[in-house]
Amino acid sequence: MLQRLRRQIPGTVVIMWCIGIAILGIVFWGTVATLRSGKYASAQWVDLFVYGIAQGGIYALIALGYTMVYGVLRMINFAHSEVFMSGPYIGYYVALALDQAGLLNRYPVLGLGIVILVAMTVSTTIAVLLERIAYRPLRRAPRLVPLITAIGASYFLSYAFLGLFGSDLKGYPEIQALKGTWNILGVEVLRPQIVVIVAALVMLAGLYLFVRHTKTGKAMQAVAEDKDCAALMGINVDRIIVITFAIGGALAGAAGVFYALLFKQVKFNMGFFPGIKAFTSAVLGGIGNVTGAMVGGMFLGIAESLFPNLVLDGLGIPAPYQLKDALAFTLLVLVLIFRPTGILGERLAAKKA
Amino acid sequence: MALLELNNVHTYYGAIHALKGITIHVEEGEIVTLIGANGAGKSTTLNTICGILHPREGTIYLDGEPIHGLPPHEIVGRGVAQAPEGRRVFGRLNVVENLEMGAFARKDKDGIRRDMERVFALFPRLKERAKQLAGTLSGGEQQMLAIGRSLMANPRLLLLDEPSMGLAPILVEAIFETIRQINAQGTTILLVEQNALMALSVAHRGYVLETGTVVLHDTAAALRENELVRKAYLGIE
Repeated sequence: MLQRLRRQIPGTVVIMWCIGIAILGIVFWGTVATLRSGKYASAQWVDLFVYGIAQGGIYALIALGYTMVYGVLRMINFAHSEVFMSGPYIGYYVALALDQAGLLNRYPVLGLGIVILVAMTVSTTIAVLLERIAYRPLRRAPRLVPLITAIGASYFLSYAFLGLFGSDLKGYPEIQALKGTWNILGVEVLRPQIVVIVAALVMLAGLYLFVRHTKTGKAMQAVAEDKDCAALMGINVDRIIVITFAIGGALAGAAGVFYALLFKQVKFNMGFFPGIKAFTSAVLGGIGNVTGAMVGGMFLGIAESLFPNLVLDGLGIPAPYQLKDALAFTLLVLVLIFRPTGILGERLAAKKA
Repeated sequence: MALLELNNVHTYYGAIHALKGITIHVEEGEIVTLIGANGAGKSTTLNTICGILHPREGTIYLDGEPIHGLPPHEIVGRGVAQAPEGRRVFGRLNVVENLEMGAFARKDKDGIRRDMERVFALFPRLKERAKQLAGTLSGGEQQMLAIGRSLMANPRLLLLDEPSMGLAPILVEAIFETIRQINAQGTTILLVEQNALMALSVAHRGYVLETGTVVLHDTAAALRENELVRKAYLGIE
């Protein structure tokens, strides 16, 4: 009996599960220890949670660009982090001009709207040009070729911005109306966070409806599943691919401005960390899956914000918040070990390969 | 003038010379079948007509106009639709959405609704499964959906690639009966089949392909009696 069981369950699986249980144990222990110490008040937890949602919304918006492009082309667009950077970077100069004209503070909604629109336009343009110049000629090349090209394009863009605009941090102009807090259901929340959360949620919902319910959105799903067959339906595959890049770029551009609202600055290499975190989110949620990217982004944002204090603090680690990046990637590795297709990933891997 | 004319078409898969000078024609209202062994170039011929592959040499005319340089979506717009080999329905879209994709190039909402009704009349089973994801349908239902989806383009010329593949004999009968019905409703059909017996029983004419060339061309009735066809493709000594 025991022997048959041993034959059915390989040793590595047993070891993996032991590690999994050990990690859950540590997480549980750390959490209980932190909560029992009473070091943080409940208001602080709420703050961290709200910040996590704002950060998660940004990750989710960027992650959609990675996941949708992967869906239609089966490639990781590593230059997406620079698409994300370029929008708010150019947006910064517009914001500066608007600020000097006094418009940004007199009509904050209009002013911020203009900055977001400019950022979305710039990012969209760069994403579409990338597709046209760097990726389309390589459509039939081996998969490693566009991957290297994407990394090259990423550095090209990043250093083009460095050369053109300098290496200094550029502080985004402050909007008076976004200083301080608003009271939401009895909780004081920083105003930029509320703006970011609301705007991100609206965009995520809009994208979901677009993909699920419009003809173009369904055509995107069809192209993602089977390009040649989609072409046989009369779908212009190249056009759908351009639309995919454009939408990914627009969302990344908006996310860039939201990022600049939270952190109040832009820099030529500001895309690197959010980009790689968003990529992680897309993989966490199940790459190629639109809902997965949203769930993965939110999950990572909230986990990153809550877990260091919640789990690591109780374990007696002196500077838990410095470990948030390490934690994010630990999460990625764990999810990939225990659920290789991601949280919402489909078990179609064999079919796609 | 023939509805479809291929003249001396040569197609390559990379370095492989897959079609070596195919010349065939399909008249309006006909069912024409291409039969032949695996690798004879039957599917390659259909994919070349559709624009998925492009001929390196030779011409393809639809209704007297050249289509051999056009991308697939424009060829669909001119009235050529294909139900590809292996069905290839969009598994993550439901039945109705798959049918909508078939009508992607069309703008006439009334016509699309009429054709959806027509497909549901041909395949009542699809209407029962309207909201079901295509990936969860049975093989026979997926084949019905693949054929129905290609009809949604309201094609003048319908290309069917191995519609009987992997289906139970009783379903094969039903599918071929439907093919006859679709033709009777006025759609010209070019049919690729491994099941030569069934294909020759519904077709008006047939071409026999061997390693990228046409080796025989005759009426379906004559091909059924042909010595070579009986031996090689019908399995009758």
